[in-house]
Amino acid sequence: MLTALMTAPVFAETSDKIEQFQLNMTRGVTDISAGVYDMHMLMFIICVVIGAGVFIAMFISMYFHRKSRGAKPANFHESVKVEIAWTVIPFIILIFMAVPAMNLLIDMEDASEPDVSILVTGSQWKWHYKYMDNDVEYYSKMATQAEQISGKLPKNNNYLLEVDRPLVIPTGQKVRFLITSDDVIHSWWVPDFGFKQDANPGFINDAWTKVNEPGVYRGQCAELCGKDHGFMPIVVVAKEPAEYDKWISEQQAIQEQAKAEEQRLLAMNMTMDEAMSMGEKIYNANCAACHMPNGEGLPGVFPALKGSQIAIADQPKHIDILLNGVTGTAMQAYAKQLTMSEIAAVVTYERNAWGNDTGDLVQAKDINSAINGQ
Amino acid sequence: MTTATDSTHIDDHHDDDHHEHHIPPGIKRWLYTTNHKDIGTLYLWFAFIMFLTGGAMAMVIRAELFQPGLQIVDPNFFNQMTTVHGLIMVFGAVMPAFTGLANWLVPMMIGAPDMALPRMNNWSFWILPFAFAILLASLFMEGGGPAFGWTFYAPLSTTYSNDGTALFVFAVHIMGASSIMGAINVIVTIFNMRAPGMTWMKMPLFVWTWLITAFLLIAVMPVLAGAVTMVLTDKFFGTSFFDAAGGGDPVMFQHIFWFFGHPEVYIMILPAFGIISAIVPTFARKRLFGYASMVYATASIALLSFIVWAHHMFTTGMPVAAELFFMFATMLISVPTGVKVFNWVATMWRGSMTFEVPMLFAIAFIVLFTIGGLSGLMLAIVPVDFQYHDTYFVVAHFHYVLVTGAIFSIMAAVYYWLPKWTGKMFHIGLAKWHFWCSLVSVNVLFFPMHFVGLAGMPRRIPDYALQFADFNKWISIGGFAFGLSQLIFLALLIKACKKQGEPVSDQVWEGAEGLEWEIPSPAPYHSFETPPVVK
Repeated sequence: MLTALMTAPVFAETSDKIEQFQLNMTRGVTDISAGVYDMHMLMFIICVVIGAGVFIAMFISMYFHRKSRGAKPANFHESVKVEIAWTVIPFIILIFMAVPAMNLLIDMEDASEPDVSILVTGSQWKWHYKYMDNDVEYYSKMATQAEQISGKLPKNNNYLLEVDRPLVIPTGQKVRFLITSDDVIHSWWVPDFGFKQDANPGFINDAWTKVNEPGVYRGQCAELCGKDHGFMPIVVVAKEPAEYDKWISEQQAIQEQAKAEEQRLLAMNMTMDEAMSMGEKIYNANCAACHMPNGEGLPGVFPALKGSQIAIADQPKHIDILLNGVTGTAMQAYAKQLTMSEIAAVVTYERNAWGNDTGDLVQAKDINSAINGQ
Repeated sequence: MTTATDSTHIDDHHDDDHHEHHIPPGIKRWLYTTNHKDIGTLYLWFAFIMFLTGGAMAMVIRAELFQPGLQIVDPNFFNQMTTVHGLIMVFGAVMPAFTGLANWLVPMMIGAPDMALPRMNNWSFWILPFAFAILLASLFMEGGGPAFGWTFYAPLSTTYSNDGTALFVFAVHIMGASSIMGAINVIVTIFNMRAPGMTWMKMPLFVWTWLITAFLLIAVMPVLAGAVTMVLTDKFFGTSFFDAAGGGDPVMFQHIFWFFGHPEVYIMILPAFGIISAIVPTFARKRLFGYASMVYATASIALLSFIVWAHHMFTTGMPVAAELFFMFATMLISVPTGVKVFNWVATMWRGSMTFEVPMLFAIAFIVLFTIGGLSGLMLAIVPVDFQYHDTYFVVAHFHYVLVTGAIFSIMAAVYYWLPKWTGKMFHIGLAKWHFWCSLVSVNVLFFPMHFVGLAGMPRRIPDYALQFADFNKWISIGGFAFGLSQLIFLALLIKACKKQGEPVSDQVWEGAEGLEWEIPSPAPYHSFETPPVVK
């Protein structure tokens, strides 16, 4: 279906329509998710049968034992035998549910002996993935444009379920996720994998999956995590192991190169125009969710940058907040999220946009010296 | 129960006007009242106003979710709406409505003249409007009201919330104090003021279920007070109960909250069981099947409610052994709950049924509450709960048990006892319109939520992926229709309060049995001046 979407836009509409009325849980793409689906269907069928039994008895009674049909009330109002029967029989039915559920749960919770381990860290409102066996880590943020959300642009098929950098995992291998959070509680959920696991700040949970089919699997944060809880999607691309290995070594090389590049950039100076245009992009991607595109923030929730004393006067404090965040608030530390030249650009942008006309131009080397405590 | 203060007034008034003459005129009657019926009326009207207020917030939520994209409100305000909608419906609508019913009915049902502690009764009501004024006022403060969900999980409600959290905490404290006082009053009344011959196992089930509910309230409202206080000190006074950086644990918040929260769920449904157990036998013209087993089932549900709290937290990363324990304990609850449903059906079986409005609501309750109960059983199964958790499937589940469960039972109760309260039959035409419009719209509203939840739509999101669009449109249409249907109820209640309608007999309903049906309609200001003897 994914290929159909990409190759034949004419059919995109139709396949969309089919998904519109999805009534049931997905069967997913792992053995566990299939087990979860089967357990769900078992429960569903038992519940429908019990419900139907009760309702049929009730409606028979409502039809035949009506006063308007001349029904005379019977006199019985107690029966120990019947009471025992409808206590014991449901109890036995429960055992038939509990045993398979217990076995499935024990399988699901066994995250031992993984082939790949990935540290998943939630923060407002993005995911960070760190491959524990390779030197690869990056943030994954929603890629849907603000104009689609506000209705200025038409919404595409993966509206709200697309990210800039998806998580990549190998198929057929046991992938263990170590899940935690930098701020509030989030929950990492891809329905096709059959589980969700909360990301608790200060604690690490684990979960695992073994995806059978290569493909693109989409999910969302499932625990209310603040303003943009609805805009925190997860995209996982499952690749054949050979392709995955190729991808991960490429990424490793790219990230090493980027670190070298950052050192090289320290020696270079940006012009004001370069810094402002780079800064605006970074601001809109990272800062605008709270401080708003116009820099005015949300009064009482997120402070304004426009006209703020820190943004127009105290430059060292400004850089310090960007690097280290503000303890006890939603302001994150960006030292690890952005490169030094990106931080320099965004500081420059914030000090010159929206009428904050300080004229300050901050360079990567200024950030470097702030990091090194000068 | 005539108190010493009465005697000073008696000499300058006629004896036959004994009950009326010490009712002060105008607003003072309601401010100073210590009468269980007046206070019951206050509670019920307050609950209804809160129901409409919380409902208006639900309309905002459904209007925003009518189509994908952000159209009407921003996400921060959307979160305030979901939060305050939940708080108002739980603490402002359902709980005060049940307390109002208890005030009206418990003394009449056990043959008492009034509640045991009438001044505390007055106080427990009159602090409520202040609590909700504080909560609603916070919406208009800088930064807005609480936006962290009615469950206020830390650290979203501590480090990451705005300063209005203090108002939320204070409001919840007042609501809790009110509930505890209401509960003490119910317990003391039932223990001390039953008429001669009204032994424990002769008490109507509404009295039994409320007695058990009152004990649950006293047990868990202090736990809620503890939780909000810890949130307050974590946020403003530098403690670290829920902050790992200071040695705390955010998951501990959830344990404390749900230790309150799960019994709270039964606080909102046990009195409903009592109401349905009163209505079904009346209109089936047959005694309630298995009275004793109903009492024991209620008590078992209440006891089990203390050992199942963590089934709200299966995805927090509990040890497998804990997950299994809470799964098995939760599944057990379906046994006594099932007993209740079977008993109601057995009561109808071979009865002589008629379908007056209270019975229509009672039957809708049994069917729709059972649907909500069965989806609850599905949610108890840990491995599948990993998929259901925090999706619209959960939203569908708890609205089936709370709206078509608790609220339908409250409506059934109002229709059932309203003629006794006013002495006049309510407008039956309006009542039937109210029932059928509510029944259809509530299912259009909540049933498709099962589907979008299973298809993967998380709860508490202001915008959603395109695959959920069509169902959400239907859900919103159902929501608006359900909201409008309640205006029919409002019109009916205003007519009833103006004492319009046909006068009714003392018994009101042909099959009704119990002490409240033996006193005149409308019920006298003090139901029983001398205690009746129950045989």
